[in-house]
Order: sequence, then C-alpha cells, then structure tokens
Amino acid sequence: MRTAFWLAGATALALAGPAYAGETIKIGFVSTFSGPTAVIGNDMRNSFELALDHLGRKMGGKPVEVIYEDDGQKPDVGKQKTEKLVQSDHVDFIAGYIWSNVLLASLKSAVDSQTFLISANAGPSQLAGELCSPYVFSTSWQNDQTPQAMGLYMNQKGVKSVFLIGPNYAAGKDMLAGVKSTFKGKVVGEEYTVWPSQLDFSAELSKARASGAESVFVFYPGAAGVQFLNQYTQAGLKQQIPLYTAFTIDELSLPLQKENALGVPGAQEWVNDLPNEQNKRFVADYRKKYPNLRPTFYGAQSYDAAQLINSAVVAVGGDTSKKDAMKAAMEKVNFESVRGSFKYGNNHIPIQNFYLQDVVKDADGQLSLKTVATIIKDSQDSFHDKCPMK
Amino acid sequence: MVRSVSNHVARSILSCDTPQPEHDLRTRMLLVVEQFLNGLQFGLLLFLLAAGLTLVFGIMDLVNLAHGSLYMMGAYFAATFVAWTGNFLLGAVLALAATLLLGIVLEFTTLRHLYGRDHLDHVLATFGLILFFNEAVRLIWGPAGLALPLPAWLTVPVAILPGIYYPAYRLAIIVVALVVALLLYLGVMRTRVGMLIRAGASNREMIGALGINIKLLYTLVFGLGAALAGLAGLMQAPILTVQIGMGENILILAFVIIVIGGIGSIRGAFLAAIFVGIIDTMGRAFLPNLLRQMLSSAAASTAAPALSSMLIYLVMAIVLVVRPEGLFPANRRFIRKRAATCSY
Repeated sequence: MRTAFWLAGATALALAGPAYAGETIKIGFVSTFSGPTAVIGNDMRNSFELALDHLGRKMGGKPVEVIYEDDGQKPDVGKQKTEKLVQSDHVDFIAGYIWSNVLLASLKSAVDSQTFLISANAGPSQLAGELCSPYVFSTSWQNDQTPQAMGLYMNQKGVKSVFLIGPNYAAGKDMLAGVKSTFKGKVVGEEYTVWPSQLDFSAELSKARASGAESVFVFYPGAAGVQFLNQYTQAGLKQQIPLYTAFTIDELSLPLQKENALGVPGAQEWVNDLPNEQNKRFVADYRKKYPNLRPTFYGAQSYDAAQLINSAVVAVGGDTSKKDAMKAAMEKVNFESVRGSFKYGNNHIPIQNFYLQDVVKDADGQLSLKTVATIIKDSQDSFHDKCPMK
Repeated sequence: MVRSVSNHVARSILSCDTPQPEHDLRTRMLLVVEQFLNGLQFGLLLFLLAAGLTLVFGIMDLVNLAHGSLYMMGAYFAATFVAWTGNFLLGAVLALAATLLLGIVLEFTTLRHLYGRDHLDHVLATFGLILFFNEAVRLIWGPAGLALPLPAWLTVPVAILPGIYYPAYRLAIIVVALVVALLLYLGVMRTRVGMLIRAGASNREMIGALGINIKLLYTLVFGLGAALAGLAGLMQAPILTVQIGMGENILILAFVIIVIGGIGSIRGAFLAAIFVGIIDTMGRAFLPNLLRQMLSSAAASTAAPALSSMLIYLVMAIVLVVRPEGLFPANRRFIRKRAATCSY
C-alpha cells in the first residue's frame, strides 16, 4: 500500500515535470484565423508548423509549445490577445502579426513586459523609426520598402505618371508614401478607400481613367486584391493602363484572380522559386505536407520567424532568461533564411534584396509567380535614422 | 505618433504630389456621368437586396438578419453551378432556383415558428442562422472563397456615349435590376397574388377567414425575398469574390435603405436604394477633391474615406428625425390605424 502511494507520488512528479517554468519554450502566435483573411493566417501557421517539424519540434534541446491566437483583423482584439499571451501564458516569444494597425496596437504590451516580438509580416514606419525596440525584430520588411522597389522598377520602365490607389490604414499610407519616395515621374492622383469594408472600387477606377495617368499602382492585400483585379479587368483598364502592384498578387489570391493577374508585375523580398537550398526544401516540404496548397511570402516570413527564434534559443542553450544574449544572437541573423542571406539594421528591420515577380503559367499549366529580376540589392528602410538604437 | 503624421505630411509635400492636371470641362462632365452610373449600379444592386428584406419585414412582420446569408448562398450556388455547367446564364438561373428553394425550406422549417413572436426572438433566431450558414459554407466549400469568372462577352467595356466607356457587366446589372423592379411592381400591384400579399399584410386573420391559405402565401413571399437576395449575391459575385460573411456588411446598408424608404414599401426601397448608392459613390468620388481645397493633401486623403462612409448614416439620421416612418411608407393610413389599435 505504502509503495503504491510512493509510486503514485513519483509518477505525478514525473508527469508534472515538463510543466515547470522554463522547461518548454513557449511561443505565442498572433494572426488572423477567422473571417475572409483567415487564409493568410492559416498559411502563416502552416509554415510555422513546418519550420518546427524541420527543427524536430525542439529548440535548444527543449520541447516547443505554440499558442495560436486569432486577432480577427481587429487592433483591439490583437491587443487583448497579446496581453493574454504575455500576462497569463508567460510566453518567451510572440510572433505573427499580418496587419500594421494590429501590430501597432499590440506593440506596447509586448515591449513593456520585455517579451521578444517577431513581426512576420507587418512593418509600419513607426516600428522602424521612433517606436523601434531591442525586443522587436522583423522577418519581413518595413512597409515602404516593397513599394519603393516598385517605384524604382517603374523608373526603369520609363513610366512618366502614376495614379495611386490603396486602403486607408497604416500600411496603405506607408505603401503609397513608399512609391512616391522613389518614383521620379508625376503622381497625378492618390485615392484611399475605406478599409476593410469597401470592396467596390468603381468610383476610384473611373477617376484613375479620367486622370489620364500612364500607369496605376495599387496595394490591396488578401481578398481585396482579387476584387480590385476583377474590377480593373472588367472596366477594360487592363488593356488601357499598365498596373503595378505591391502585395496584391500572391499564391493565395492567384487561384481566384486567374488570368486577370497575368502580366501584372509585383515587387517582393521572397518568391517561391528563389534558388537557394533552404527555400527549395521549404517549398517542396510545404507542398508535400499541405497538398493542394502553395506557400506565400507570409508563410516564408513565418518560417524565418521560427528559425530566428530557434537561433536565439540555441545560442543561450535553452535558458530564455538570458535576454541580452538572445538579442545579440538574433542581431547576427545566425540562420539560413529562405529569401537568401540578409542583415539587420540598427532598428532590427532586414536589409535585403527585392525582386520583380511576374505571373506566368508553370510546367503543370497552373498560374504561378516567377522571379524575373533583382530590382534592388541590400535595400534598407528610410526610417532607421529615427530609431534611437545604435 | 504626432511626429510620424507630420512626417507623412512633409513627405507628401516634398515628393511629387503635384495637383491634378487641368482637364477641360468635357472630361469633367464625362467623369460625373460615369460616377453617376457607378452610383446607380450600386444603388440598384442594393435595391435587390433591400426589396426582399422590406417584403419580408413589411408584409410578414419578420426581422430577418439571415437575409445576408441568403445573398451569400446565392453567390456560392452561382459559383458552383457555373463551374459545373460551364455556362454563366444557365448557372445563374439554377442558382436562383436553388436560393428560392432554400428560402422556402428555411421558412418551412424555422421561420414559420417565429411569426407570432417578439422581434427580439426573430433577431436571436436569424442571428443563429447567420452563424449556421457561415459554418455550413466553411464545411462545404472551405474557407478560401471562390471565384465566379464572367463570360468573355461581359468583360468588355462598352461605349455608352462617345468617350464614356462603361463595363458591360455593370450595365447588365443596371438592366436586370430595372427589369426586376418593374416585374416586382407589376406583380405586387396588378396581379391576384400581389393583391393577396397586400391584403395579408393588412389583416392576416381576415384574409384567413375568407378562405385564403395565408401560410402558403407567406412561404411564397419568403421564397421570393430569398430569390431576390440570391440574385443580388450572384450578380455581385463576379465583381467581388465569393466568400464567407460577404452578406454581413451589405445587409447593414439594406437595413438603412428600408429605414429611409419606409418599411414594407417596394417603391420606397427602390428610390432609397438609388439615393443611397448615388450618395455613397459621389461622396467617395468627389469628397477628397473638395476636402483638398480646405485641408492639406495628406489630411484630406485620410479624412475623405472616413467622411464619405459616414454620409449614408447621416442621411438616415436626418430622415429618422424628420420622418420617422420613412420617406415612402407602404400604407400610411394603415400604419396609423394599427398604431391606434395597439394603443387600446
């Protein structure tokens, strides 16, 4: 009887073991898993899970636990979920964040608690500038960078004038500002639409046509990109005015955009056919693990976020209380990124290449994205001077 | 934050944000005409949705929040049937029939039990239906959404006046919606069934006592409302994407329209829908330029979309203050009488 008691006690202790603080690496992941943009969140989760598979679901010898939280694309919900992850789950890292406005609302909760936050997509200008923090890293870009690359490409093509259309929220403003900062021609008009509720762009398209602009630039992530391209084609504008984009055509929207997207260029820091080994493995294993799906840049950035966290945890041998050492490790970018190598600026935003992507029919007759050229090498965001970190 | 806003201002002033080039008067007039058509098209589409809602609300006294779900189902049915048959028109007709049938089944199984009850019960039950339909769609079609591609003959722009090109498909929406509006008017005002519908709205017990099968009549009205919502959904689908929850935002606009137009009035819904469509589009089209005359360019670009999306609600608030029963109430004499009976 007494032996049985001891045995039960020992078993209970053994079972309770892994739950002790510090025995697992806890990661919170905030993204959108409900509503029309849930497909993006799913892609990010799929890629993050794939990265964990590749890492043997362990970091620094310790098992990894990920808590996924849905922000519903709403800043206030994102903030609540971030607070919950920090205060009641005591996570070591928070990753994810598709939307700039959600990230800006959530930022303070993470930074104040000195929890590392890895943005796997959103890159508002404030984050790169005055709101930069030792605890915040990005595996994506600063919002202005991608459209800046597009502006450079439009200069190369000799475009003389442009009409800009984008959604009225933090990222939309950054994107249009980005094109304006590098494009040398004339900006003949600039339209912001209500985000995310406005789905009919007829009034804006009529104005773009009437403006006499030689080209149109848009930024519409997610389903809005499908709607915009549908309407652009139906209005007969696709044959009339060349369209340039950022974050409007990706592997999630392409199956819905179909032929409407053919020949519409976009700028991106990652394209599925980048020829480095880790990217080939990422894309091949993703398509094996999730049949009928293809990874997007959102996924690639989430995959890198997991690798970045792993590099920090490995550097301190799993002791996540050594925050300074983890920060120093992450600043070195000590992992193989699927976009090829990059460095961090003083504000923890990548200094990286941007590529021109085009929509083509691939070997299986399916529409897919293809790297056409490198638009700019080692591009650094234009806000790093405002970041007090040196 | 303040600093970053001023950065944006500084950036847009320093960069090449020059004022729009001067257009001659003709180009401007053409733009106004085109924007007017955009507003008309949007308004007529809203009318299809609002007509079904106002029929069900006004005649059956049923608040149906799931009307937006029927709109969504219309779009999903159309995307599926068009993909199956390979023919846009055939797929659309099948989708319309399917939504009509779905409406009838829904009335028969669920809503029939709600007629005598309080409006709050309607809201609760039909809100449940929204959740049910969203999840059902997720299970059947998956979360990613569908595309409904148009046939080639509808994707070309048409020159309606010299110099004005308008998408053929948007023109088709205008024509279809006008025809439906006319048929609806004739059906309700000039046919025997229409007369019964109006009679049923006036006095349910009396028409039942005269030997008319009022239950069947209500089922038909609900089916008709569902088909109208389905038609709106399937016509909107090629412009937008077919996705879960697509009916929820637009349903709010439909409610605004029946409040402005007067509950139960098809004529009111028609006029209010066109009014709302034009106000919304014209606001989006011309408010930014108007504001730029007064504010800095960056501030105007930010404020204009916010203001233009408020315009419709401002109009509704004014209508509610000035004429709480709406601009064209279905039957004023009757509403007063009913109010009088209620006060006993």
